[in-house]
Amino acid sequence: MIAKTSERSTEKSIQELDAVTIRFCGDSGDGMQLAGNQFTNTSVLFGNDVSTLPDFPAEIRAPAGTLAGVSGFQLRFSSHEIYTPGDEVDVLVSMNPAALKANVGDLVEGGLLLVDEDEFTPTNLKKAGYQTNPLQDDSLAGYQLHKVKITTMNREALKDSPIGAKAVDRCKNFFALGMVYWLYGRPMEPTLDWIEQKFAKVPEIAQANITALKTGYFFGETTECFAVRYVVPEAKIGPGRYRKVVGNEALAWGFVTAARLANKELFFGSYPITPASTLLEELNRCKHYGVKTFQAEDEIAAITSAIGASFAGALAVTSTSGPGLGLKGEAIGLAVMMELPVIIIDVQRGGPSTGLPTKTEQSDLFIALHGRHGECPVPIIAAKSPGDCFYTAIEASKIAMRYMTPVILMSDGYLANGSEPWKIPRFDDLERIPVVHLTEKNNGDDFLPYKRDENLSRPWALPGTPGLEHRLGGLEKEDRTGKVCYDPANHQHMTNIRAQKVRNVGKMIPPTQITGDDKGELLVIGWGGTYGSITTAVQSCQRQSLSVSAVHLRYLNPLPGDLGEIMSRFERILVPELNMGQLRTHLQAEYLREMEGLNKVQGKPFLVSEISNKISKMIGQRVSV
Amino acid sequence: MSTAVELPTLKPKDFASDQDIRWCPGCGDYSILAQVKKLLPTLKIPRENFLFVSGIGCSSRFPYYVETYGLHGIHGRALGIATGAKCANPNLQVWVVTGDGDGLSIGGNHLIHAIRRNVGMVVLLFNNRIYGLTKGQFSPTSEFGKKTKTSPLGSIDYPLRPLSVAIAAEGTFVARAVDVDIKHLGYVLGEAARHQGTAFVEIYQDCNIFNHQAFAYATNKGTKDDSVIYLQHGKPLVFGKDRDKGIRLNGAVAEVVRLGHGVTEDDLLFHDESMDDPSLAFLLSRLRVPAFPEPLGIFRRVQRPTYEDLMADQLKEARDKQGQGDMTALLEGPEAWDVA
Repeated sequence: MIAKTSERSTEKSIQELDAVTIRFCGDSGDGMQLAGNQFTNTSVLFGNDVSTLPDFPAEIRAPAGTLAGVSGFQLRFSSHEIYTPGDEVDVLVSMNPAALKANVGDLVEGGLLLVDEDEFTPTNLKKAGYQTNPLQDDSLAGYQLHKVKITTMNREALKDSPIGAKAVDRCKNFFALGMVYWLYGRPMEPTLDWIEQKFAKVPEIAQANITALKTGYFFGETTECFAVRYVVPEAKIGPGRYRKVVGNEALAWGFVTAARLANKELFFGSYPITPASTLLEELNRCKHYGVKTFQAEDEIAAITSAIGASFAGALAVTSTSGPGLGLKGEAIGLAVMMELPVIIIDVQRGGPSTGLPTKTEQSDLFIALHGRHGECPVPIIAAKSPGDCFYTAIEASKIAMRYMTPVILMSDGYLANGSEPWKIPRFDDLERIPVVHLTEKNNGDDFLPYKRDENLSRPWALPGTPGLEHRLGGLEKEDRTGKVCYDPANHQHMTNIRAQKVRNVGKMIPPTQITGDDKGELLVIGWGGTYGSITTAVQSCQRQSLSVSAVHLRYLNPLPGDLGEIMSRFERILVPELNMGQLRTHLQAEYLREMEGLNKVQGKPFLVSEISNKISKMIGQRVSV
Repeated sequence: MSTAVELPTLKPKDFASDQDIRWCPGCGDYSILAQVKKLLPTLKIPRENFLFVSGIGCSSRFPYYVETYGLHGIHGRALGIATGAKCANPNLQVWVVTGDGDGLSIGGNHLIHAIRRNVGMVVLLFNNRIYGLTKGQFSPTSEFGKKTKTSPLGSIDYPLRPLSVAIAAEGTFVARAVDVDIKHLGYVLGEAARHQGTAFVEIYQDCNIFNHQAFAYATNKGTKDDSVIYLQHGKPLVFGKDRDKGIRLNGAVAEVVRLGHGVTEDDLLFHDESMDDPSLAFLLSRLRVPAFPEPLGIFRRVQRPTYEDLMADQLKEARDKQGQGDMTALLEGPEAWDVA
């Protein structure tokens, strides 16, 4: 455990809290993401459970001080297990008027509001659309407002620093961070270490940031500003080795691991697109693991390169978001016909079309299920939390290689950028992935590239293997021989086989886990990144002994074989999703049963209260979270 | 890749697949196929190391007719597939067969990028100036004003020249041959196969059903000598039945001249395949009948590291700098902690 900053004796009273939701907001370029990330890291190392929600605009740099340029980072840290970054904000740190305007609506009544008073100039107020200064009228009377001259004090503290004026102002985020560290009894050491490492080549900057951090911290300690200090104790989590993990990182490492487990080379062909680009970036840092990355010229070249690599024997992966999944449709169909293992990652974002690139959504289920012409089934699997992305990557790889099929792995912007503490698996404990490549003919003197095993999966014979020369392609082929074939009965037969093969993936699905009783009044079914909000709401129901249970689907195609039976034991079913009812439509069609939906398409995750309120309405009893 | 074991001597028939060839009788593709099958055994590469990749079109049926590993991909996308395969296994000898539609229309983007990356592969573009498989629409290389099913009043598309595109894309090996000019075709294919990096070959191909005799000027005995000029590295550009005509530069512009009357071969443009500056190659790619004879042979041949080699080098560089990747280090990261 890391050393805590030495406690100085203080008159302030200390209040223990269960959990706190804090949001940093400012101009993009104000370092709010950095501040948020540092607070997250420190809290995770301190031992709290943490859940995060970075919120940044699509544009690289909107005009300074405007509402369009506001960037925020929300995190919830707690002394017990949590699954969401919080419905309401307890502490809002606003570095300018625009940030205040855009975010104050989410601050809880009586919440702590820290602002950089110096930034509330007439120009900035005007840019933010304020007619009067909210710091001087009564509009903020409902909050615990702390006006702090952050800019002035930061400049004063760094007046002897050799760095220029602009660089001095860029240290303000560390000042704000220092204040909040003191307020919540966070140690400064992890951030100090980080600063020294990150800015090792520019020691004047490192020193300036350190000074800013400490000044903010001691400001909190010394002034009369804060009457109360808070402590959020460590959470009790299971024994083991932990680290902080961000969704896209976990996804990347999952594939590096899967390749090792399968004794294969990982080939990642991709094209930058928000919010999937960081996958390509992270894998580019793994070259010493033998990872071959290919930044293609477009989305289609990305997936076709993965198909070629798969044919050659690599564990082949491509990634994208909604717009790219549209483009990749034809190539996915080719992989289905060629029956080659390729994993297609879709990190979902607000759609349709360009939509909301930096906002989360889960509206690509339909295109994942149906986005190819012809009868073209593809297995689909979805991650539910940042840490779960790691295991989902391995599972997708297993399915792809065992059944010789493309697999679509669904994530979303919230998971991709969100972080949480993660129990680190031991590599040696992970199950190896057996892969067999033919070295000899499989039918007497002949090689039949489409001769199937008990899974209906065909052999993966690699180019470079003598005697097994064969051609794959997109034209319909004769079963077993793989020769181009237009025979009517054969086309029906192959269509049936391809469908059955995907159904066979069901053999890999473990028994469905139910949160709560296995029968009751209401079953809440979710998928993907809504896991945190749904679980929190349903756990509240459990604590109040309400007859509400939850199932979170990881496998969307095929659906788990036991799902029908489970659903039959509940009177009503609710499907909350960040789309207009895609899973609900899919389930209703499969099981011929009416269900209710809770649908939100606003570029934000569900608030726990949105789900609990809906449950309350449905069961006629109030759920308190 | 070379071993001490004697490789079995392969013959053209070892490369013949058991598929009935479905090209129309008289199609130029038969000739090209024959030359490829004749060449492959001479490369002394095990048959299992060849990979033929294609898109969609008559050209793209090619992989089915050679007994090697093959991928018949989707329209325009062969180069992405080929790039992935080559990067995953650089030992494969990758050949891409495409056409003027597959490679320059829907596949144009991928063509440019594959060439500029210099991925190790031979790219054969069968240019018949028409869409054959879909039965007679105009293509990006069809002449302006060409009357086809989708251009009954004449095409209003200005055509592209494949070799100009390849040179603009920084192609390290750029060449042209003619389908029935079998000796020369065989020679060009052989040189392409030996090139390290992307070897791009445009092949004038006759689609006798939908665009017959589009290249008659290059193949007919009577017109050929004045309509084509064979490029030879280090030699002057001379053509004509009596070898009495040549091409020289007048400032920055090419012109045809008659030898004699004070004009000797020394005044002519001398071909240099290996010029670093692609301008000469580009100039040659602009020469068209009737103003000029069209060059055949190797326009440009320069050495540049291949994409797959650069990729492998970077993996090695990363390992040298950071050590072989350790899984525990990856999973634990720099700041793990234990909970008892």
